[in-house]
Amino acid sequence: MSAYLADVAALARKDLKLELRARDTLPAMLLFVLSTLVVFHFALPADAGEDAAYGLLWVALVFTALLGLARAWVAEREAGALDGLVLAPSDRSAIWLGKTLATLAFLAAAELVALPAFVVFFAPLDASALGGVVLASIGICAVGSLVSAMAAAARGREVLLPLLFLPLAIPLVVGGVGASISPDPGTYLAFLGLYDAVFAILSWAAFEYVVTE
Amino acid sequence: MSSADQYVAAAYGVFVVVVLVWVAVLAAKLSRLERETGELVQLARARPVAGEQADG
Amino acid sequence: MSNTKPSLTVLAWGAVALVALAAVMIFVVAPEDADQGFSQKIFYVHVPIALTAYACFGLGAWKAFRLLATRGERYDLESYTGVHLGTIFGVLTLVTGAIWAKASWGVWWTWSSNQLVLFLVLFLFYCAYFMLRFSVEPGPRRERISAVYALFGVALIPVSFFAIRLANDFIHPTVFTREGPQMTGEMFAAFCVSWASITLLAYVMYRVELAGKRTDANLRELREALQP
Repeated sequence: MSAYLADVAALARKDLKLELRARDTLPAMLLFVLSTLVVFHFALPADAGEDAAYGLLWVALVFTALLGLARAWVAEREAGALDGLVLAPSDRSAIWLGKTLATLAFLAAAELVALPAFVVFFAPLDASALGGVVLASIGICAVGSLVSAMAAAARGREVLLPLLFLPLAIPLVVGGVGASISPDPGTYLAFLGLYDAVFAILSWAAFEYVVTE
Repeated sequence: MSSADQYVAAAYGVFVVVVLVWVAVLAAKLSRLERETGELVQLARARPVAGEQADG
Repeated sequence: MSNTKPSLTVLAWGAVALVALAAVMIFVVAPEDADQGFSQKIFYVHVPIALTAYACFGLGAWKAFRLLATRGERYDLESYTGVHLGTIFGVLTLVTGAIWAKASWGVWWTWSSNQLVLFLVLFLFYCAYFMLRFSVEPGPRRERISAVYALFGVALIPVSFFAIRLANDFIHPTVFTREGPQMTGEMFAAFCVSWASITLLAYVMYRVELAGKRTDANLRELREALQP
């Protein structure tokens, strides 16, 4: 078990180090989310309520995550390293977990910029809204890492990834927006937790089948 | 026909039409498979007969 | 291959008979609904189609699971055919549902119909299945990826359904209601026969389509073996 966790930690650390050196994905995500929020200001009519802004926050987060996910497996694919990882004597699901944690770190970094910007530009965020962001981010990265690996095996992968990901992201958007605007956010947070549990376990179990030749 | 009749007819009609479209697509596939089987029979007949090899 | 299952011929003729019986039950036997009038008859075709779509997606997911568990060769085409038919019936659900919505409420679409919205989400999901399948090189990898995706679809069904119900709480759409199934005995009988007939029809379609796909694959293999 501890060997498994050590593998996961090593894989996640590798991704973070690569990003620190290359610095191509994270700055793009930060800039993208800020630009999107600005575009949304112009997209919202003057009398749109606060609730509409929360909806747009979630659109921004989902598409920023897609940006990060599109690049999630690029390094492995270009170096042909995915085959090497798969052959290595570690459980293949550890690859998924490492990638998910690394992607989560990038998304969290983007959110650290996006959320204060949102509060400044649009509307306040309370604890339940933030809880929604945390839970939904986990779901986004768990499902996204798996789906991104699927797309990586395909032609036209840049276009395919959003098509595969967006239907799966719909429940997360519902949960996130609900946690932000509903008077009873507990239900939505519980729902996000349920989504995370179901799809994290599914992704964890299914990753091996997606990635072996 | 009253408008309710028209909607009911439309709903059942769409169902029937879609199934028939499915039949048409499958019919096209079947004729392609028939043609290909014919070609393969030709290929099989054109093969040099394995007469030199013993039959049993 | 199909010797152990009930003969396809028998099933096909059975489907013909059941569909004919269903038509009689729906239009002759079942009384007209007091509240909704004649347009309630759409219920007898729309709901069984929706249930059949779910069943097809479930079949596709079950075959996908068998593929991942056993690596049997047959399961890929079986799963693919299941998903394909599920998508066809899913589209039919959306179209018949829209017609029913127009007949009942005067609008072609409403976000307050949980089932319609669910089928829209599923339609998007399963369309992506085909895009995925056609983008990956044929082979065991494509089979496995398709299988995993089909399984995800079936997990998405209940999760999406909950999400849509939760979403209705804060979207506050104009809520349309329809009288619940206060069905008479004849109406319920008509519904059951209709459901059975459409399910059997779908199964026959599944077997026929599968036979076509299998023959296609066999012919391709035969061609490669026979090429000089």
